Amino acid sequence: MSDTAEAHGAARKRSFIETLEIDTRLLGMIGAFIVLCLVFHFQTDGRFLTPRNIFTLAIQTVSVAIMATGMVFVIVTRHIDLSVGSLLALCSAVMGMMQVVVMPQMMGMGFGHPLIAPLAILSGVVVGVLIGAFNGWLIGYLTIPSFIVTLGGLLIWRNVAWYLTSGQTIGPLDPTFQLFGGINGTIGPFWSWVVGGLGTAAALWSLWSARRAKQVHGFRVKPAWAELVMGGLVAAAILGFVAIVNAYEVPAARLRRLFEARGETMPEGYTTGYGLPVSVLVLIAVAIAMTVIAKRTRFGRYIFATGGNPDAAELSGINTRLLTVKIFALLGGLCALSAVVASARLTNHANDIGTLDELRVIAAAVIGGTALSGGMGTIYGAILGAIIMQSLQSGMAMVGVDAPFQNIVVGSVLVLAVLIDIIYRKRTGGFK
Amino acid sequence: MTLNPNRAAGATPLVAMKDISISFGGIRAVDHVSIDLHAGEVVGLLGHNGAGKSTLIKCLSGAYRMDSGEILIDGEKAEIHNPRDARRYNIETIYQTLALADNLDAASNLFLGRELVTPLGFVDDSRMEAETRRIMGRLNPNFRKFKVPVAALSGGQRQSVAIARAVYFNARILIMDEPTAALGPQETRMVGELIQELKRQGLGIFLISHDIHDVMDLCDRISVMKNGVLVGSEQVGDVTEDEILGMIILGKKPERAGVN
Ligand SMILES: Nc1ncnc2c1ncn2[C@@H]1O[C@H](COP(=O)(O)OP(=O)(O)O)[C@@H](O)[C@H]1O
Ligand SMILES: [Mg+2]
Repeated sequence: MSDTAEAHGAARKRSFIETLEIDTRLLGMIGAFIVLCLVFHFQTDGRFLTPRNIFTLAIQTVSVAIMATGMVFVIVTRHIDLSVGSLLALCSAVMGMMQVVVMPQMMGMGFGHPLIAPLAILSGVVVGVLIGAFNGWLIGYLTIPSFIVTLGGLLIWRNVAWYLTSGQTIGPLDPTFQLFGGINGTIGPFWSWVVGGLGTAAALWSLWSARRAKQVHGFRVKPAWAELVMGGLVAAAILGFVAIVNAYEVPAARLRRLFEARGETMPEGYTTGYGLPVSVLVLIAVAIAMTVIAKRTRFGRYIFATGGNPDAAELSGINTRLLTVKIFALLGGLCALSAVVASARLTNHANDIGTLDELRVIAAAVIGGTALSGGMGTIYGAILGAIIMQSLQSGMAMVGVDAPFQNIVVGSVLVLAVLIDIIYRKRTGGFK
Repeated sequence: MTLNPNRAAGATPLVAMKDISISFGGIRAVDHVSIDLHAGEVVGLLGHNGAGKSTLIKCLSGAYRMDSGEILIDGEKAEIHNPRDARRYNIETIYQTLALADNLDAASNLFLGRELVTPLGFVDDSRMEAETRRIMGRLNPNFRKFKVPVAALSGGQRQSVAIARAVYFNARILIMDEPTAALGPQETRMVGELIQELKRQGLGIFLISHDIHDVMDLCDRISVMKNGVLVGSEQVGDVTEDEILGMIILGKKPERAGVN
């Protein structure tokens, strides 16, 4: 039977990649991304892969990437959410109103009061989770198709936001809140190295403990050198990124202002880098949390089981309706976090914030390997998908591609990516 | 009623389904049917497609809610409203449609809904895989594909995962709805051997099958349904294959003295 085929597989010499046990699909995406970057780099005479541009790309990607991680769960369970951009706008409006109108004017908190940012964020997250849960209830319990519920939401929530703000731009936002926006909130080179060091240590520890868990039960583990290579790659990626954002220097004029604000004078020849933006740290935290949910919790296991076979999940005693509510509530909460990052980056709330984000978010998840047929998708894939989309868009803008043509390219890439995915899955046989 | 020599006189049945009825939009899928099952017994459910066999046992497995009737387990009234309730009564079901999540591996399917967790509450994949290897070593020693999604398994391998799930969680009542419908002859034999093994361990098994030979080989009793009603229940030793066929096709009990 098939057992003999496997015996052959074991006897065949394992390739380098197989021994490392890297997902070949991920490898393909990274390869395509590197090619893309190099092409843009040469087309722009070396302006694409600079610390400054990489930093900018990173902070531009965060908002879509955060929502894309939640969209993975929605699509894995065979649903869709078209309302994320619209919900982001509503959360942003609520937070904007809270920190510009409600708390300072109606509750009398002074400008820059330390509680303004946390309470504003909390209110946005509550709104996002409640609306997400409501959508999930309509979908799970009342069995209205998610496409319809969220298509309605796409039209509804942005316009609720419009009424909330009377269509006006709300700003300037609270200074602490603005720290989540990117360039206005970075942790500096020293703390960036600390975070990078801790992150590397944690990554290596998790590789090691996974190996230990396998050994305890006597399962086959990859050779030690393969483990070391993987660890080395991970460490290089983390520390390399830290080195890049640290190399992006704060302009002298801006530094001088910072020193003056503290009542000091800037020492002659003083320079420093921006370091890791707070928004990127938020994305990293979300990515880790969502990956842990997907891989290590019952909730995540049930999401994938339901996506793979809803009937089997139901018969196994999983409450798939409640699961739907939880998934949409989670995505709603992530929309609120994205709203924090997006509005803080703009330093105000404008009613068109997050327009067309639903399409970017879905595209990111799908380019990242999430199958609309359900049951398949990864968090890292969705984030990489978001990065690829943003790089494509920014790169084309830098090269000087016409705006209409940019959209033509992005649309084509989306369709092509899915086609390649389908062919790849046929070759490797189903779920991978 | 003639007593089954396997059953002690007057012993309470493991499962008694009494006067069960359920309709779908005017169609009486199951119409006042009563059947029972004892520990260590295999009861075959026979009947044409659409006779109501699956619907009847889905009332027991919690997939459907009956309109009327009651279910007694060990003589006590059982409230089974959903699959989770059924699991609490150690009722496990193996469906004809191979109800596994194709995208998950054998261990994830075996433990689906009842994952082993670490002290911190995270799913413990290594321990689940080890347990899966242990139980599969007993039930189907040829099984090797622990790391791949079950979509990559043959019908028999998939069915052995489903059976392993029932065994692992100490099923007392096993419902098998055409467990071999999607299998080849060799795999069908494997499932047959598993059924006999489980019976020896004292499980009560409802076996729905189309194959009369299978049923005659594996079952102690048979119950025949037609158009939602119970035609009759017979000891396998008391009836011939032709008589069973008559019950299925004509919906008539064989006319013999001593059997009612
Ligand atoms: N969920 C359902 N909705 C509507 N009708 C159903 C449903 N389930 C079963 N039925 C009907 O009940 C009858 C019995 O079906 P079933 O129990 O599947 O038969 P069997 O398993 O004996 O082949 C059929 O007429 C079928 O169409
Ligand atoms: Mg049936």
